[in-house]
Amino acid sequence: MPLEIMIKIQIDGKEYEVEPKKNLLETCLALGFDIPHFCFHAALGSVGACRLCAVKKFRNAEDTKGKIVMSCMEPVVEGLIISTDDEETKQFRAAVIEGLMTNHPHDCPICDEGGECHLQDMTVMTGHNYRRFDFKKRTFQNQNIGPFIHHEMNRCIECYRCVRFYRDYAGGKDLNVFASRNNVYFGRLEDGTLENEFSGNLVEVCPTGVFTDKTLKNHYTRKWDLSNAPSVCTHCSLGCNIIASERYDSLRRIMSRYNGEVNGYFICDRGRFGYEFVNDEKRIRKAEIRSGKTEILTEVDDSTLFSTLKDTFTANKKVIGIGSPRASLEANYALSVLVGSYNFYHGISTKEQDITKTVLNFLQQSGIPTPSLKQIEKADAVLILGEDLVNTAPMMALAVREASRNKGKEMAEKLGIPAWNAHPVMQVAQDAKSPIFIATPFKDSLDEVAETTFRGNLSDIAGLGFAVASALSAEAPTFKLTDKDQQSLAEKIALKLKNANNPVIISGINCGDEQLIRAACNIATALYSAEKKGVLSMVLPESNSMGLAYLEGKSLDDAISLTEKEEIDTLIVLENDLYRRATSTSVEQLFDRCKQVIVLDQLTNKMTLKADIVVPAATFAEAEGTLVNNEGRAQRYYKTIVNKNQVKESWRWLAEMIRIKTDSPSVQWKKFDDITSALIASNAAFAALKNYFSDADFRMLNEKIPRQPLRYSGRTSMHANVAVTETGIQPDIDSPLAFTMEGSHANPPSSLVPFYWSPGWNSVQAVNKYLDEPNGRMKGGDAGIKLIISVENAKTTYFKANIQPVELTKGEFLIVPVYQIFGSDEMSSAASTLSQRIPEPFVYLNPKDAEALKLEADELIQLEIDNTILKIKIRTEASIGLGMAGLSVNLPEMPFVDLPGRGKIYNMKVES
Amino acid sequence: MKFVFIILGVLLIPLSIAAGLIWVERRLLSVWQDRLGPNRVGPFGLFQVIADTIKLFFKEDWVPPFSDRPVFVMAPGILMITILLTFSVIPFGPGFLVFDSNIGILFFLGNSSLGVYSIVLGGWASNNKYSLIGAMRASAQMLTYEVFMGLSLMGVVMMADSFSFNSIVLAQKHGWFIFPQFVGFIVFFIAGLAETHRLPFDIPEAEGELGAGYHSEYSGMKFGMFFVGEYLGITLISAIMATLFFGGWLGPAFLPPVFWFLFKTMVLICVFILLRASLPRPRYDQLMEFGWKILLPLALLNLLITGAVLIFFK
Amino acid sequence: MFSILRTIWLTFLHIFHKTETIEYPEVKPYLPPRYRGRIVLTRDADHNERCVACNLCAAACPVDCISLQATEDETGRRYPEFFRINFSRCIFCGFCEEACPTYAIQLIPDFEMAEYDRQNMVYEKEHLLIDGEGKYHGYNFHKEAGVDMGVKGKGEGKNEETPVDVKDLMP
Repeated sequence: MPLEIMIKIQIDGKEYEVEPKKNLLETCLALGFDIPHFCFHAALGSVGACRLCAVKKFRNAEDTKGKIVMSCMEPVVEGLIISTDDEETKQFRAAVIEGLMTNHPHDCPICDEGGECHLQDMTVMTGHNYRRFDFKKRTFQNQNIGPFIHHEMNRCIECYRCVRFYRDYAGGKDLNVFASRNNVYFGRLEDGTLENEFSGNLVEVCPTGVFTDKTLKNHYTRKWDLSNAPSVCTHCSLGCNIIASERYDSLRRIMSRYNGEVNGYFICDRGRFGYEFVNDEKRIRKAEIRSGKTEILTEVDDSTLFSTLKDTFTANKKVIGIGSPRASLEANYALSVLVGSYNFYHGISTKEQDITKTVLNFLQQSGIPTPSLKQIEKADAVLILGEDLVNTAPMMALAVREASRNKGKEMAEKLGIPAWNAHPVMQVAQDAKSPIFIATPFKDSLDEVAETTFRGNLSDIAGLGFAVASALSAEAPTFKLTDKDQQSLAEKIALKLKNANNPVIISGINCGDEQLIRAACNIATALYSAEKKGVLSMVLPESNSMGLAYLEGKSLDDAISLTEKEEIDTLIVLENDLYRRATSTSVEQLFDRCKQVIVLDQLTNKMTLKADIVVPAATFAEAEGTLVNNEGRAQRYYKTIVNKNQVKESWRWLAEMIRIKTDSPSVQWKKFDDITSALIASNAAFAALKNYFSDADFRMLNEKIPRQPLRYSGRTSMHANVAVTETGIQPDIDSPLAFTMEGSHANPPSSLVPFYWSPGWNSVQAVNKYLDEPNGRMKGGDAGIKLIISVENAKTTYFKANIQPVELTKGEFLIVPVYQIFGSDEMSSAASTLSQRIPEPFVYLNPKDAEALKLEADELIQLEIDNTILKIKIRTEASIGLGMAGLSVNLPEMPFVDLPGRGKIYNMKVES
Repeated sequence: MKFVFIILGVLLIPLSIAAGLIWVERRLLSVWQDRLGPNRVGPFGLFQVIADTIKLFFKEDWVPPFSDRPVFVMAPGILMITILLTFSVIPFGPGFLVFDSNIGILFFLGNSSLGVYSIVLGGWASNNKYSLIGAMRASAQMLTYEVFMGLSLMGVVMMADSFSFNSIVLAQKHGWFIFPQFVGFIVFFIAGLAETHRLPFDIPEAEGELGAGYHSEYSGMKFGMFFVGEYLGITLISAIMATLFFGGWLGPAFLPPVFWFLFKTMVLICVFILLRASLPRPRYDQLMEFGWKILLPLALLNLLITGAVLIFFK
Repeated sequence: MFSILRTIWLTFLHIFHKTETIEYPEVKPYLPPRYRGRIVLTRDADHNERCVACNLCAAACPVDCISLQATEDETGRRYPEFFRINFSRCIFCGFCEEACPTYAIQLIPDFEMAEYDRQNMVYEKEHLLIDGEGKYHGYNFHKEAGVDMGVKGKGEGKNEETPVDVKDLMP
């Protein structure tokens, strides 16, 4: 980043050196001034609507009168003199708040925002404390806007943040402003679920209690009563930072945790509302053992479990372990130590493992950087190959949307309008968008920001990719498309990528097509070798897919074929529902050929019901662990719930098993740091973790970092119904955090921030106090450490294009996977509220194909693929190509289907 | 045999007075503060003493792990021993004394100087900043007041021509020394307050600033020894004042001499308690200033005048 | 100097004063109605729980001896699922009463709560809830608030306009 020349401005008689091109409000906030504001949000820019951020500006040093200006609309310029605490401005702000409060209801005690309300904070900050307005308050009827968000319109202060986020930023359509003057109403045209995938952020964006978290309402707890921990979202591969909050031993809510490089201020609804599985009834909380050949699993205590395990390990010699891409690095590593790395299997199909390895090797060796979401937001040209971002990596879709607006910002910049001045920028931009090209098999909601979309089967898309690469560089394998239009599209894409300053190539392995990945890699290589620019982002299927690829191990298919050859004594499965990864026949075969199956998991599923020993594993909210996201960023989550019953972290169970099995004092992992240091020593790639993550001995001013805010209440009464004698603070040997409110409340390192609070700032807006500048970096650098280090002067190598022409027999269809933001992820699907949004399993079919099969929409069909027969509803979808079908994958109740593949579709009426 | 009774008497009488003072002080204080004081345990709350003793005995005898253990244990004992030893030279009645030392007053002064070790060692061994500050204050205070405590008694010694308590009592047959030695009495009384660090001179334990000063870390019977030691100290100073200035056991013959001695002692003890009920604690520098700038010159002046008058009349 | 002697003399004279001590429990002292003793939860005039589970009492409590969990009934009315006060920790400061926005929590002049078993000092909602309105009569928070929680509809509150017709564009 080129260093901007700093300019000098004077605030309250003191001189500051600040960056130019910012507005005064964000500059003051960055400098730590408490300037009240409402409508300004760092990610959304300024509109100057609420008039609250008034400061006084002086013409020169002699000017004593000055004039009131809105700091959010005031660019910082050299020699600017302002005062933030001028008496007249203070009165002005108090008057603004008084105006906003005239219609605000007397709701705080029953309002979910109370205690973390920006309006409360601002009212206190401006000093308006007595209502003088004696007339009646206007009221509104509420709407039911779905299972996630509660709507309480009376509380609205018309700051317009919700629609600015929902429509302008997240691209939603179904939330809007209605009526006029002080009857302005924010809602939907009629009752109904908010459709946008990012609607949950309204909870944080809204400065009052109009939009509140409906899942929190089921077990409402004030912010000050929540015990929090910094955590990482486990529901997709992006690794968004979250704050997980606990009260009375249950997980109460998820809020976004700022990470300037990853998710910024926001998270998607899957991440926010997918947490409920932690409290679910299906959770395994007791160890269970199948005694003898009986069918029933019986609950056992720790000592019985350990003695059984000891018998198991002494009697059985051949032990293999199957890891998981949703388990932490530490848990997978512990398993590989327990069974030996030769007996360690990744628990994903050979195909997925190979593609993941290809991706990792390419990113490690090509020297082509992989961008953070922040860098994608800065892109001025994007090519998406094959990946349905909205459903597989939602926050990346949001980043691409932001990138699409860069064109408008650039246009405005030429007219002298700064990028933060949101409304003029929109006026200037109109429909202008950065060049974004989306090549996917069927449409998705991101298409609307695309300059051109390309539809075809996966081979077509890969072909387009190879053609683009070929057009970009002569060194790339020559590849020309036969279709003229397609070839000219490829050339156009190549040209736009070439002309862009920050082109980004996005692809992913969720389609399961290696050619696609190769094509994307070739484009990036071509672009990078020719222009020294361009970055490549690869979406992976699960939260730790990348981390797992770092560990040595074989695939699930290898394990299954091993059992065909020999019988296994003991199989240990770590947090992995194999029925989601292989056909039930092969999983059952695997089980039959293993004398004993030990499963460590969180939720009861088909696997745990078949296991001989079920071990209750902790979820992300009850454990520490390191996850590596799709850009190779290692991030750590910390427990927020003290483990009760027999629930323990998987790595702790496995360390226990190692102790039982080897009986040697050499491996004595007692606490989290023991296993991380062993992990770091095991692989040079993890060396960076050593210095980055603070170990449990880390102290801020000799104190641990408290998980609870200073106002945490009920400590002497919470558990008094059980026993009035207090047991003291739960020790935490695994992390620098403590289960208490006592400790250092200074700003901790960014990866250890358990919650946002600052004197006077009780709402989420307190996050500004943790940032270098609004929408900037966390103080001391953003959380997470990148394991992939860009190689200098790497050798340029291209993959060979190997596109087989698709030839279909009669009645055969190419089946591609269709992912769903709600449903395709295993754990979040178990969340009770989120599961209401999971669609029924379906097949996308082109209307023409449907007509040919005499099918109507929503009709049941029979789908035959790889000996699996599914009865499933069809959805006609015009964007999907002829001879293609999209099958919803991984939804609950769906059997495993190996996709992409070929299958046959029958009309059940005709068959019968 | 008689000797044994005397020793037992001399040992038990002060001890039981000191124990009784636990109750007496609290009742008297409450009378002066318009309260009732302990009245629940036994008649008039008399058994409060027993209750308190039981409580002290049953408390955990805790020695802080950071303390200097042998010294910590020894310190309260020193206080008790030095005070009880002094009683051996005080005549409770004619012939009712353990031994008639001809340097009785010097013995008393020497013992009370030793007493300061108890406090300094206790404060030091506690290994606690408040205890140490308390001990430092105590030693400075006691050293200061030691000086003119001795000097204030020299007038009495000159008039009686003896250091022996018994001879001094006998020398008062024709008039108590309080009248000629009034200044000496006042100085001795104030020095006695400081020596026993009673209110208003309880600066070494000043609970408002130091927790409990030198005995902050003490509990159970070790604390009890400091506690009873303080009352023993009051009894001792009162007994000595009664002996030196109020004619000791001398009194009308219709009651035994021991009664008169104990009666005078008790009245003086009550004055101690009255002072506690009425006076606030001075600052530390005020205490030192008062000692060196007022009491010391006063004691010397008293010595000079007494000496001059005696020489003049001889 | 003289003042010291005068002080001693005046203190001595207190020997002849009447004692102020009231010998509880033989003699019961008079306690004013606003005396801060045991804590109760009151009901409103319609006999419904006044507590709306806002947690302000718990937050105000200096010894953290109040804990509760909010829940809602079918009309959306919020009330505490459980409400627990650990009286073995309570210092009767009355902050909870001051913090309460609905007059639900009140301190009454009963302090005779001694127990032999500390566990009995833990009071749950059924122990705290009384039948009456306590010291403050006639207040019903739900009529003042803007939320429809089954007590009054939108716009039917004391100081509310009828709800806005969003589709009306008249100025």
